[in-house]
Amino acid sequence: MPERFELDVNGKVCAVEAEPDTPLLYILRNDLDLKGARYGCGTGQCGACTVLMDGKDIQSCDTPLWAVAGKSITTVEGIGTRAQPHPLQQAFLDEQAAQCGYCITGILMASKALLDRNPEPSDRDIDQALERHLCRCGSHNRIRRAIHRAAQAMGGKR
Amino acid sequence: MSTAADKPVLPGSLNANRSLARWIRINDDGTVAVRVGKVEIGQGILTALAQIAADELDVELHQVRIVTANTESNPNEGMTSGSRSVEESGEALRYVCAEVRALFMQAAARALAASIEKLQVSEGVFHVDGKRTSYWDLAAEVDLVREASAQVPPKQAADLTIVGRYAQRIDLPAKIFGEPAYIQDMALPGLAHGRIVRPPNYAAKLLSLDDAGVRALPGVIAVVRDGDFLGVVAEREEQAIKAAAVLAQACRWDAPRQLPHEAQIYDYLTSRPVETAVISDKKDEKAKARTHTTLEATYRKPYIAHASIGPSCAIARYDGERYELWSHSQGIYPLRGDMVKCLRVPADRIVVHHADGSGCYGHNGADDVALDAALLARAVSPRPVRVQWMRADESGWEPFGPAMVMKLKASTDAQGNIVDWTHETWSNPHSNRSGRGPGSTLIAAPHMADPVPVSPPIDSPLPAGASHRNAIPLYEFPNQKVARHLIMDTPLRISALRALGGFANVFAIESMLDELAIACGADPVEFRLRHLKDARARAVIERVAQMADWKSGEKGDGTRGRGIGFCKYKNLGSYCAVIAEVVLEQELRVVKAWAAVDIGRVVNPNGAINQIEGGVLQATSWTLKEAVRFDDNFVTSLGWDTYPILTFAEAPRVEVQLIDRPSETSKGAGEGAQGPTGAAIVNALHNAVGVRVRELPLTRERIMAAMA
Repeated sequence: MPERFELDVNGKVCAVEAEPDTPLLYILRNDLDLKGARYGCGTGQCGACTVLMDGKDIQSCDTPLWAVAGKSITTVEGIGTRAQPHPLQQAFLDEQAAQCGYCITGILMASKALLDRNPEPSDRDIDQALERHLCRCGSHNRIRRAIHRAAQAMGGKR
Repeated sequence: MSTAADKPVLPGSLNANRSLARWIRINDDGTVAVRVGKVEIGQGILTALAQIAADELDVELHQVRIVTANTESNPNEGMTSGSRSVEESGEALRYVCAEVRALFMQAAARALAASIEKLQVSEGVFHVDGKRTSYWDLAAEVDLVREASAQVPPKQAADLTIVGRYAQRIDLPAKIFGEPAYIQDMALPGLAHGRIVRPPNYAAKLLSLDDAGVRALPGVIAVVRDGDFLGVVAEREEQAIKAAAVLAQACRWDAPRQLPHEAQIYDYLTSRPVETAVISDKKDEKAKARTHTTLEATYRKPYIAHASIGPSCAIARYDGERYELWSHSQGIYPLRGDMVKCLRVPADRIVVHHADGSGCYGHNGADDVALDAALLARAVSPRPVRVQWMRADESGWEPFGPAMVMKLKASTDAQGNIVDWTHETWSNPHSNRSGRGPGSTLIAAPHMADPVPVSPPIDSPLPAGASHRNAIPLYEFPNQKVARHLIMDTPLRISALRALGGFANVFAIESMLDELAIACGADPVEFRLRHLKDARARAVIERVAQMADWKSGEKGDGTRGRGIGFCKYKNLGSYCAVIAEVVLEQELRVVKAWAAVDIGRVVNPNGAINQIEGGVLQATSWTLKEAVRFDDNFVTSLGWDTYPILTFAEAPRVEVQLIDRPSETSKGAGEGAQGPTGAAIVNALHNAVGVRVRELPLTRERIMAAMA
């Protein structure tokens, strides 16, 4: 049976009504009109749907609605806009770190979680943080460069 | 649309779309609408085309608005494929925009009572002696509904100010800020969610269906059955997913297990009936008589998946008379052609709009899902339906890049010159695209109760070729025989994958060249140059050797080594040479790759380099890891656990240099690097550990078996 849930998404409290086992991804995309998390596999293997839950990167495609009640969710829409881009978004633009771009929002969120816990990551740290993120176009090198560039721009501050 | 019959041939896609108004419209908001038929698939083409148009019109890049391809207003440019968009669409735009600019110059000269020669143009403004007018002031006076003459010459290379310079991709901000950017993100009022239930294999027939339970599920609007085609439509996406899972359990299928065994696939394919064509035959008996050393080898490449990160998606709406479709197809007009047959309505009652999707790298499920969506939309008319394939739908049903076998035999003389060369390729055709043939190639077409017959796949002819793409070597050999054996029996569904047969043929040619160089004690770089006359080919090889600081005769150290690969894509397109450095650890790892590329006149250097980097990395993934898995029933690699692709930790550093040739025609950059990359990795493995692996992918098991 559908139930009513109150979610904290990008700092706003939103009420939704859905089955408790509904994957968070569909709530974000269809109920809250936040399209930045993308569907890729539905089994947490590709990372395209990644968002932050209490600051930790999670795959929203296999996270049920009931599990996010009372947690704080951040999506790519919550970290920056065209007018006020997050340093990571600016760095991805500066490095043109995308081809089709489908995987990028998920990678941005995992990168944000990485920089929040490690302001100066090595290539190895980046590769580890993005272990569960697939990019089919082959933008890996640009993505690494963009994360370094953002880390530099943030100057260790978060 | 005017036709091209009995008229002069115009450049690129202009030939088939001859009205200037089809391409250009002066908007009333200070921008210029540029309509193209080519589509964005992550390759950055819309940015490159906007650069070309802006340069010829003398407007700024930000004043150009590219109108997404659609079958109502935009030119028909067929498929966005084969790295031809800059050649076809770009060439058309150069001439269209040069002519549009000239027409406006005339109007501006009249309006300002000045001579054309004295007019200056910038940012879309024409000025002379302090007087000014613009495209927008003059829009009403210049009728673009006229046939292009292609008589106004485009700018000389030296006069270009936007082409050849860095341009940020115009489509990336929306994608990076998480805005609705893809077809998957489109929202229409009343949008319902569809999912399909495919048969358990290619041959299955539906025996019975008890869908009462599915219909009773919350949110279910319709269960749609049309013969063996099955789908559900629900109010909410997760309801559609659940309903489809229940529906799959409610079916009884007759599903004969008809596939050959994976382990015998190459024997199976090469034992099928073939259509053989000898595509190159050069004879020089005197040279042949100098034969000293002869090598023979067979190379094998498995089925490879496009493996888009975002599974295919489409939206359809049917108002009882007219279908409106949104698709990430590479060819919206050809797709409409198949829709006419499958939906049985005339073309003027179907509109197809392009919308961006996840990168496709060739023909994936984009077209197929459009028919799925149309069939579901028809059942719930007038509500629009969004059909999102699940991961397993895409991984199981997408058409794969065909498995191929290449048998090569080559001889050198005592001085190490190749005097004889034979190359035979066995392959399925490489195209199952929409829009041609008597029937349809869409998955659901033969499943419908009133089926549309399946059009057989085709193999595009030379010179570009398909299964025989790049089978004719660019090297100069006095005796040469190249044959293509086309296998029309297609056990797995196949179609165009980036580079088509060029990947496997170059892998085979460049492997054999390496084997011969080693047999002759020659350096592989020098050995290639020895057999190449084409100056642009030599230049990319010399450049990549320089970039990688290649040492003549360099040897690997038992675990680490380097190798080279080269091709002129399609023998018509870009030149690319790649050096790869590998290290054999638990698995074979590519540490670094260098690529030198000549694509003629470069439109967007950063975009071209991005494409080549991507080509190198994707081909690294193909070469090291990828093979579609199947059993006698169906595809078994239905997810990323069973079809792994390159991860961040496995991605080599890539260094790319472009050899810019502003006076040469622009060539596409998307497919030139794949063949050379695969070959360079295989050759590097040999250089590192002294074993030759002739079957892809280079898995640990295969390498160990070769070393044993």
